[in-house]
Amino acid sequence: MSKTSKHTAMLGLPYYAWAIVFIIVPLFMVVYYGLTDKTGAFTLDNVMAIAHPAHAKALWTSLVLSLESTAVCLLLAYPLCLVLARSGKSSNSFLVLFLIVPMWMNFLLRTYAWQSILEKTGIINTALAALHLPPQHLINTKGGIILGMVYDFLPFMILPIYNALAKIDRNVIHAAHDLGADDLQTFLRVILPLSMPGVISGITMVFIPGMTTFVISALLGGGKILLIGNVIEQEFTLAYDWNMGSGLSLVLLVFIVINIVIQMLTDKDGEGVL
Amino acid sequence: MKALKKFYVGLIFVFMYSPIVLLFIQSFNRSKSRGHWGGFTLQWYAQLLDDESILEALRNSILLAVLSAAIAVVLGTAACVAMQKMRAKSRAVVMGVTNVPMLNADIVTGVALMLLFLTIKIERGFWTVLLAHITFNIPYVILNVMPRFRELNPHIYEAALDLGATPVYAFFKTVLPEIMPGVGSGALMAFTMSLDDFIITHFTTGSGTQTLSTKIYSEVKMGIKPEIYALSSVIFVTVLVLLILVNRVQYRLDRQRLEAE
Amino acid sequence: MKYRNIMTIRKLTSLALTGVLLTGSALTLGGCSQKSDDNANVLYVYNWGEYIGEDVVEKFEEETGITVIYDEFETNEVMFPKIDADPSEYDVICPSDYMIAKMIENDLLRPLDWDKMPNATAYTGKTYLEQAESFDPGNVYSVPYTWGTVGILYNTEEVDEEIDSWSVLWDEKYYDEILMQDSVRDIFAVALKYLGYSLNTTDLAELEEARDLLIRQKPLVQAYVVDEVRDKMIAGEAKIGVIYSGEAEYTREENEAMAYVIPKEGTNVWIDAWVITRDTHHYENALKWIDFMCRPDIALENFEYIYYSTPNIGAMELMDEEELENETLFPDLDNYDNLEAFDYLGEEAEAMYFELWKELKSAD
Repeated sequence: MSKTSKHTAMLGLPYYAWAIVFIIVPLFMVVYYGLTDKTGAFTLDNVMAIAHPAHAKALWTSLVLSLESTAVCLLLAYPLCLVLARSGKSSNSFLVLFLIVPMWMNFLLRTYAWQSILEKTGIINTALAALHLPPQHLINTKGGIILGMVYDFLPFMILPIYNALAKIDRNVIHAAHDLGADDLQTFLRVILPLSMPGVISGITMVFIPGMTTFVISALLGGGKILLIGNVIEQEFTLAYDWNMGSGLSLVLLVFIVINIVIQMLTDKDGEGVL
Repeated sequence: MKALKKFYVGLIFVFMYSPIVLLFIQSFNRSKSRGHWGGFTLQWYAQLLDDESILEALRNSILLAVLSAAIAVVLGTAACVAMQKMRAKSRAVVMGVTNVPMLNADIVTGVALMLLFLTIKIERGFWTVLLAHITFNIPYVILNVMPRFRELNPHIYEAALDLGATPVYAFFKTVLPEIMPGVGSGALMAFTMSLDDFIITHFTTGSGTQTLSTKIYSEVKMGIKPEIYALSSVIFVTVLVLLILVNRVQYRLDRQRLEAE
Repeated sequence: MKYRNIMTIRKLTSLALTGVLLTGSALTLGGCSQKSDDNANVLYVYNWGEYIGEDVVEKFEEETGITVIYDEFETNEVMFPKIDADPSEYDVICPSDYMIAKMIENDLLRPLDWDKMPNATAYTGKTYLEQAESFDPGNVYSVPYTWGTVGILYNTEEVDEEIDSWSVLWDEKYYDEILMQDSVRDIFAVALKYLGYSLNTTDLAELEEARDLLIRQKPLVQAYVVDEVRDKMIAGEAKIGVIYSGEAEYTREENEAMAYVIPKEGTNVWIDAWVITRDTHHYENALKWIDFMCRPDIALENFEYIYYSTPNIGAMELMDEEELENETLFPDLDNYDNLEAFDYLGEEAEAMYFELWKELKSAD
């Protein structure tokens, strides 16, 4: 066994090497830029710049919008996956695929299409007008940004949750029923805990990109709401201040640390299975 | 209850597909402007066939997406297997590092990689973009594959070994089928992310290599060419038809198997 | 059951991937391009997307025997870091005025040899060369390619008054009907011009006044957009928008009720111009390219495709009366005495603009 396990451990080497060259080294460049000024001298100013009112507000807005989008994604995806995974038809995994395929249309084109749907003269408001209902203000608001994020990231929530749910052995559920558990108890004590790894993957994959998005706020938020992603992107492209941009990016690393902690907390039992 | 379920699934589908339908309609619009119907036309489809630069960009995009997803799947899955041997703490650290490319704003990843390539003096072009795409694809693979291991029954693998299977054989026969859905969805996400990326590609590419995404973004100033809508529709319909065909075949195979049983 | 689920996903993924792979590889034979060596007869061109006549590159290649590698960029801001990182990556580029000034200041450009560009010397209008001196003194580095103004586009069916001033953008009756440009300099130019200041000011007090004015305007603004003013105005989303003249002309083709005005307080005259990079490996070819762009028939072909005003007097002579009388494309610049081109203001001033802009974008 020990020889096998050594071999198994070596399987990770290509990725570790990859991660060192293409993740860690560039990350250190970000750290270096973030902790120095234009002359190359050490400074904490770029990181502390997050306290600047405009930056702090942008970070807070990003956090709130990203959390809200993650919550909406979870609320939409979980019941959907439950329906698809538990009905037991094998064709349902196709349905899941069909939910991913829209992402093969270019992101920018899809977002423009949402403008056509949400605008004052868009499809929804035209339909409302035909029904003599008052027009709704759907675009250039925070709601518009959340909708954009949900649309864009929903597949990232659906896939892992569906996978986790589809994997649950029917017999486990039958056993729970046989032991007298009702549907709600079965769900809370059996299905939900078993699907948690998928849920956590999903939350990570929605929340984290949501924190740094900037195109969505420009196209569906009317450019009126400043997100931390906008600030960082513009530090690089407009102000051309890589030190400040890197410093603010470092602040976002806090969220990676939080994520590591969550994974450690939820991984108590996982001592490895091979 | 059943109707309610169907309604709900249908609703999500409407949500996911309504922009796509709009793009599809737009590809037949004589007017170049979104939101203004200038009459039905097929001219954009005809022009598409003559547009070398768009087709070239398409080739690059597809090749990048396929290669980067495939390589990311191999590297990522191998890493997941290896991580099962780790203590929870070191595993959390690896997972943390893995999340970095996802959390870093694209522009940060893109600029950092550009600096890296400049420092080690690799000529930027197709291959550097491929390296970059693999880098941001691996996390998606790992995040999809890792959860599968938690539910894996380790005894089956050990039993296979006890029965004399080599570790490799045992892996392919007992572990891989179990984690396959994770691998599949990881590959799918990786493919999708690669197809859609703009910023990182922009900074890591050199002169002469454009993808569909960089092409579309560069057209924004003068208005997106309707050929792009036509091309997107063609790609989309192709994929859809392909999926439906596979679905049909699968359905028939399933039926045959059931009848045989 | 479980097993079958797994099989399904595996099979369909592999099938889907195989399908895509096959299409991909069929298309890809000889797909990836390699950079040729420095001595080859090639030219690396970096231009805005869709910013050249459809057959022009081909004609150039046929006539000169030079192979063109043609790439496109989306904004000056994404182009700059690439050139800054490697000023030999492209030979000839078409940036905007203030960006050219910035590139000159960062020593990224190589002076032009005007003697080798007879067409550029003969046909580039004097007025435009004079305008270009504001960002390229002495016309050392750049040859103007297109130019235009920034003004107000409005829908005459929706707006009853005759607009002639920036002040309309602060009129509360147009609540949620105004589109502004989503870029630092463009936005501040509007407010600065309205206040009667220079759009190249670096005076903090003037800029703060402009910022406050813009924050006051923010609730009235429907959206700050980059490129969608055109489409949104055509669709009737908004009644008034700040827009580039070339795009204004395009909306008028889709909807005749659109009117474009240059406000009486003055505005920005912008110029996009060809420049050659400092470390170019194909200087002679680059000169040939620029000169080719200035040949009247080619300039006309470009103009008719992109429909932005041309500074080429040779091309203008080939146009019909109607086109030349188009006030949007060819306004008589002598009628306005407060038009300015953007200049590069230096890092410190740029940081100041950016700071004020963040405050605007962050305001409620």
